[in-house]
Amino acid sequence: MHPDVRRRVERLDVAFDPHGFDRYGASREALGLFFTALRPFYRRYFQVRAHGLEHVPARGRAMLVGNHSGGMPIDALMVMASLFFELEPPRLAHGMVEKFVAPLPFVGDIARGVGQLTGLPEHALRLLGDERVLMVFPEGVRGTAKLFPQRNELVRFGTGFLRLALQAHAPIVPVACVGAGNAVPTVANAGRLGRAFGLPYVPLTPYLLPLPLPARIELYYGAPLTFPGDGNEDDEVVEQHVETVKAAIAGLIREGLGRGAA
Amino acid sequence: MKVLVAGVSGKLGRKTALALHARGHQVAGLDRRPWPDAPAGLEIHAIDVRKRPAEDVFRRFRPDVVVHLATMAQLSLHAGSEDQLRQNLGSTRAVFDNCHRHGVRRAIFVGRHTFYGAASDAPLYHTEDEPPLEVASFPALADLVAADLYAGSAFWRFPALETVVLRLCYTLGPSRRGTLASLLQGRLVPAVLGFDPLFQILHEDDAAVAVALAVEKRFRGVFNVAGPPPLPMSRVARQAGRRLVPLPEPLLRHVLGRYGFTGLPAAALSHLKYPVVIDDRPFREATGFRHERDADRAIDDFRLGEAGAFPLP
Repeated sequence: MHPDVRRRVERLDVAFDPHGFDRYGASREALGLFFTALRPFYRRYFQVRAHGLEHVPARGRAMLVGNHSGGMPIDALMVMASLFFELEPPRLAHGMVEKFVAPLPFVGDIARGVGQLTGLPEHALRLLGDERVLMVFPEGVRGTAKLFPQRNELVRFGTGFLRLALQAHAPIVPVACVGAGNAVPTVANAGRLGRAFGLPYVPLTPYLLPLPLPARIELYYGAPLTFPGDGNEDDEVVEQHVETVKAAIAGLIREGLGRGAA
Repeated sequence: MKVLVAGVSGKLGRKTALALHARGHQVAGLDRRPWPDAPAGLEIHAIDVRKRPAEDVFRRFRPDVVVHLATMAQLSLHAGSEDQLRQNLGSTRAVFDNCHRHGVRRAIFVGRHTFYGAASDAPLYHTEDEPPLEVASFPALADLVAADLYAGSAFWRFPALETVVLRLCYTLGPSRRGTLASLLQGRLVPAVLGFDPLFQILHEDDAAVAVALAVEKRFRGVFNVAGPPPLPMSRVARQAGRRLVPLPEPLLRHVLGRYGFTGLPAAALSHLKYPVVIDDRPFREATGFRHERDADRAIDDFRLGEAGAFPLP
């Protein structure tokens, strides 16, 4: 375990028991190994630059809402890494993981060990109620399945996340990830091959394997958005709010592209 | 208060009866299994709660509160006959009918957290309002789930009766009895390769105190009862001095009940893959319950019990 990572794990806003486990099954050891493995990817391989991190609250509940862009959720890993390596004190972003992950041997346990729970409303409300940072990608698998030409576009957003943010009175921090689509330049998705492994698809690249290239990744965090209501609003109202969030992320993507990010 | 404990000879029955007695209650117990060396001061009747003589105990003892612990988890490799598969439902019906007929004020049904079922898409912390997810896939559990729901029907069938349904997480301790104790019985503990579910473990002495608190308070409703935060199964096995043997699921199905492995029905494998973790906040708020022993203490006492340091009371 990297010494810097060890120090940061100790300073996370997570209440570990004497054995190093938190009440959601995340463990000091798993987090330490995970972020030690992620560190060279964050610092050197993808040379991630995170802008606007001051918009992530230093403490208390928040919902990070981002875009997916290429093949696999590298964007989610880099958002986690940015909160862990750049914030003082570091924070743990709890992702809402697709339901196909939990039944996968090893993968489901590793996800839980680093605080990533299945994307269920119950989990979202519980984590926000516990003043944690939630990380949501409302495009879901539709987002990671984007092909290379669409990598910086947004597909349909679900609306569930917004109702949950309203219900939990959590601010939404929009985040754009630019460059992950270059890391895994997907030319096609192999559905049948994926299903054989319990996955929705396997992304195919020009070099066939879905291994990420060392593309530069930039993260742009925007100002927190809060909306009035308690989550029981009509669909039209909620959809308008979702469009506001989507527009904020699209704006951050444009800002990134304008600054010369991939 | 006069408290009748149905299922008094089981692990939790004995502990609960003793805890209630120590708290100054007058305690009687029913169980078809004997409790030969039951301490003086406890009135123990070796009677099946489903049989007619059990009603005489209700009539004569006239309990204020009844604790129903006369349920069993059918987790043996070979599920029993249809009658055995319905025994929990039968005992629950008998207990609640007798409570109603004999003017009992309060009835506590002690069920299990496995009610919720183990599923990959289930929330990590189950709350009392959730439906049972595993009735179809785990028939041996269906009778317990039915008994739990049937006990809950007393809320509208017998509104004068203060009904409480408790769903207890795994309990462990020196008695070395119970579902988790059975799993940890052998030196080798079977595990599904690639899965390390979280287990909530409540020390059996704390469990008895929780039930006693439910007897004494005046709330009604359905409540989860748990203790310390959950621990991964690998950690539990290590603490218990057991060797976890992770095997691919198809192979594990083949070796269960053979080669020194505990026998488990195939449907129980989901409980070795996915956690059943419960949120017990409402119970703690209603009773002020606080566990005194952590999970390590429960596991250590289980190990010491093995060495004969804690004979069953």
